[in-house]
Amino acid sequence: MATEENKIAAPTPATKSAAQAESQQGFVYLPLIAGWLVPGAGHFLLRKWYRGALLAASIVGMFAMGIVMQGKLHSNPHDILDILSLAGDLGNGLLYVVSRVLGLGAEHVQVTTADYGTRFIVVAGLLNVIAAVDAHNLRTGRKS
Amino acid sequence: MTHFAAVLLFALFASTVFGITMRETPMRMLRYGAYCFVLFVGSAIALSWLMFLIAR
Repeated sequence: MATEENKIAAPTPATKSAAQAESQQGFVYLPLIAGWLVPGAGHFLLRKWYRGALLAASIVGMFAMGIVMQGKLHSNPHDILDILSLAGDLGNGLLYVVSRVLGLGAEHVQVTTADYGTRFIVVAGLLNVIAAVDAHNLRTGRKS
Repeated sequence: MTHFAAVLLFALFASTVFGITMRETPMRMLRYGAYCFVLFVGSAIALSWLMFLIAR
């Protein structure tokens, strides 16, 4: 049996559309862009502190492990696999740029763990793209 | 770092991101993250044994 309090709290189509309209105000792509540039920043902007911290720790941790394992940062693609790897690397946003500027990452893969490290860096970039899109979905109200 | 340690780290990081981004409530995030972690590690162990047996 529905109480008066439940009747008020239950979301009606009108309140849903009002919430969606409110969430559309401002620059809706800001969490997406911030989340791409800095892992977890999109969620921090939306005050999802724990989610942002966990995402940042996971993505930065994976990227850092890739660098420590002497993984390669792609820069001059020669074939289709290199192009795809570069696209994955670019998903890391500023992490990729800063690492390139500082000269981190190996030029050539010489040991087995470096091959793993290269994959760590690429997958960190892809995970960061997923996290940035998640922040965008939170911003637009598609996800709560 | 051993290869298995690399597998565990990869599974941990990827599962954390999958859990947070693919589900909405904290409990469901935790369950889905654990599910992905088990699948990552389990499939790596299963494929490793498969390759070991094929190579013999």
